[in-house]
Amino acid sequence: MSNARLSHLRQLEAESIHIFREVVSEFENPVMLYSIGKDSSVLLHLARKAFYPSPIPFPMLHVDTTWKFKEMIEFREKIVKEYGLNLLVHINPDGVERGVGPFTHGSALHTDVMKTEGLKQALDHYKFDAAFGGARRDEEASRAKERIFSFRTDTHRWDPKAQRPELWNTYNARVHPGESIRAFPLSNWTELDIWQYIYLEQIPIVPLYFAAKRPVVERDGMMIMVDDDRMPLEEGETPEMKSVRFRTLGCYPLTGAIESTASDLPEIIQEMLVARTSERQGRLIDKDQSGSMERKKQEGYF
Amino acid sequence: MNQPLDTTNSEINDYLKSQEQKGMLRFITCGSVDDGKSTLIGRLLWDSKMLFEDQLATLASESKRVGTQGGKLDYALLLDGLQAEREQGITIDVAYRFFATDKRKFIVADTPGHEQYTRNMVTGASTADLAVILIDARKGILTQTMRHSFLVSLLGIKNVILAVNKMDLVDYDSNVFNKIVEEYNEFATDLAFENVTPIPLSALAGDNIIAHSENMRWYLGPTLLSHLEDVQVDEDLEDKPFRFPVQWVNRPNLDFRGFSGTISSGSIRVGDGIVEPASGKSSTVKDIVTFDGSLDVAYAGQAITITLNDEIDISRGDTLCALQDRSVTADQFEAKLVWMSNEELLPGRNYILKIGTNSSTARVSALKHKINVNTLEHTAAKTLSLNEIGVCNFALDKAISFDAYCDNRKTGSFILIDRFSNETVGAGVIDFALRRSENIHWQSVDINRKARAEQKGQQPAVLWFTGLSGSGKSTIANQVEKKLHAMGKHTYLLDGDNVRHGLNKDLGFTDADRVENIRRVGETARLMTDAGLITLVSFISPFRSERQMARNLMDDGEFFEVFVDTPLEICEQRDIKGLYAKARAGEIKNFTGIDSDYEVPQNAEIIIEGGKISVEAAADIIIAALTEKGII
Repeated sequence: MSNARLSHLRQLEAESIHIFREVVSEFENPVMLYSIGKDSSVLLHLARKAFYPSPIPFPMLHVDTTWKFKEMIEFREKIVKEYGLNLLVHINPDGVERGVGPFTHGSALHTDVMKTEGLKQALDHYKFDAAFGGARRDEEASRAKERIFSFRTDTHRWDPKAQRPELWNTYNARVHPGESIRAFPLSNWTELDIWQYIYLEQIPIVPLYFAAKRPVVERDGMMIMVDDDRMPLEEGETPEMKSVRFRTLGCYPLTGAIESTASDLPEIIQEMLVARTSERQGRLIDKDQSGSMERKKQEGYF
Repeated sequence: MNQPLDTTNSEINDYLKSQEQKGMLRFITCGSVDDGKSTLIGRLLWDSKMLFEDQLATLASESKRVGTQGGKLDYALLLDGLQAEREQGITIDVAYRFFATDKRKFIVADTPGHEQYTRNMVTGASTADLAVILIDARKGILTQTMRHSFLVSLLGIKNVILAVNKMDLVDYDSNVFNKIVEEYNEFATDLAFENVTPIPLSALAGDNIIAHSENMRWYLGPTLLSHLEDVQVDEDLEDKPFRFPVQWVNRPNLDFRGFSGTISSGSIRVGDGIVEPASGKSSTVKDIVTFDGSLDVAYAGQAITITLNDEIDISRGDTLCALQDRSVTADQFEAKLVWMSNEELLPGRNYILKIGTNSSTARVSALKHKINVNTLEHTAAKTLSLNEIGVCNFALDKAISFDAYCDNRKTGSFILIDRFSNETVGAGVIDFALRRSENIHWQSVDINRKARAEQKGQQPAVLWFTGLSGSGKSTIANQVEKKLHAMGKHTYLLDGDNVRHGLNKDLGFTDADRVENIRRVGETARLMTDAGLITLVSFISPFRSERQMARNLMDDGEFFEVFVDTPLEICEQRDIKGLYAKARAGEIKNFTGIDSDYEVPQNAEIIIEGGKISVEAAADIIIAALTEKGII
């Protein structure tokens, strides 16, 4: 229900804060999934607002696949220090032992082992009963139908056909031991809302979102940044320095750059306004087939 | 990030400034597959540039693969996000879509129109400020139009757009449009709408969506989009009395105690008086705290933290109200209930009722009637099944504060949660408080339960025997009572069959009647423990939920659940009353263990393995347990 006095961003902000407070009030042991991207930056900012003057009353969890951009990890360390966050980093030890990576095992297996499996391991290990995520309903078709309090079984599965009805802003927070919810405070935000809010609130984000000269190679129609020497170059591939930026951030071998000169927030937003492709286009993970995100989510992917 | 601004940059900066003033509107679209609802939403998304090329490419290939438009773009596929829906060509759940213009951001709840999905429409409507009700100009007002309109009105939406679609197929004839509008207005007088705006349009051809149609010069009203941009909703929200459900007590250190929450209605200023109606405690606002600094005044919709000038005991679930205009406090109310579970509503059963941030235990004390969503007729009912709507009286285990839904959609709405499955099984809107409860005061008596029990030289207790028919409950209970009697203890045995001859002879064996059966027996057992007796109850009592209800009526340590765990095969073999044979033959319906469930106890104090030990041995186990607990 809307209020004419509050702008759309202030209404979205208030709704997110409400969700944060509900989860913290109703669950024993919540955690926030911190993926270092722009949505996580906004989520973190809202969490600080929700509980002020108290500190954020839950830890952050980063499921590290060991293939994130170097600048992401640097940014993470800086933010943790600046805000005094309690950050837990989990890397799937089985995956490391088997040497799983996107180049050797393919994107699907890499994501499954290092992200989905890693996440489940961490949730089980710390016995979290609620996990905040930065997913938005405008990102993908199956997300458009996901609840704000999204129930997960004791094996972390999502059953899209048996979701609890969600009315008004009254959330059903009841779970049995071992079961959990994923909570999505940014459900009703769009990509444009996120950028406008980052601009309005001057929220720090990873510099990779801004255009700069970076070494990239073109592969399968995507521009991949050569972030370290683990990337095997194929015949005829030579990294070229191009002015590029990223619309989303993930594992560097799976994240496509776009050519751009947008080096500040207004320019990024201006580019967005004329963009004709969605942000997920730069993600290999969604491309396998339609319905692939729904399947991954059922298995426990965020 | 600190580059000098060029001209384009200052343009974009102006744009960003204007975005900070942009409002938001949440609306719901109602209509069936054939009304062109998906086409309408698809068009709004496309025209406001919320569809991207890669999404369009996916849509094109999906349309060819599973589309229903003969290979042409099938917008429904955009909206049907789940694989099952795309494959079956149906929409099975609520989806939320977003688009924006320069004036407003829009959140669209897209819900299917089929009758069996009342649940989804109610869900989508609960957060909407406005409803777009689609009508196919060729077909006019249908049963489903009335159904959609009733549900929209039930959920308190005051603004409706009557979108008469497919005008291109009736030659843009104003007579067709006018007739539909007239008919609709007549029907809608019974519904609580404040503003119905009819718009003739064609989603497919684009008439009157964004620009005025050349084909309908006779229409002088707003286009769909301009109305969505300009319509005023919830204008009086700030003028309503202040309501602030406390979510979280904010206590970073000993010097700060704040109450965090979102203002449901009204506004609050530093210095204003507030009251918590359940306790009657009041104070004044000391500070309105936010991350961005303290505020002098805050309005409905804002998430804030309030500190008070007095130390009063306030916690999550309480509602801070305006001192001069507080919400109602009561433990009974009448509400309209939408049932959302495959398992039917059982009047008398306890559910968790969550209203705002407050959770309590509640039961339907009377189901007055159900409402047929197609005809709006009232019919008598004993239960509600999935997608049915009933008018019910609710009784809660404690007094809570609330408003009527027509006065306040936030503080007058609730959800019902099943205590065992944790599913959300119902959603309700409150009509009014029932004050009967306040007029019947507890009569205080001088001789209390302690005095009565002491005179008898015993502790009162309830032995609740549960198990299948033929498990041996009554035989064992009878033996226990004989032993207690021999020890000089005062007892009474309530037997299922015997009680059904008298107190409960009006009840049958449906699930709803079984719940009421147990409720009455539970209350009777409580009176007997009050009288100081050791009460033995021998009832099949198949549902966990009702056994818990009986347990909750007694003091801690007074209730002993005795599970007579005799396997079904043995009970059926015994078949002392010949009932299993009749049930198997289909002569008795709803027979526990055959075609009605028995929910096995999970925390019984005493378990008797009925098939394995003798009645005497079973009685000894129970006597030993009572001795150990100091009852005898």
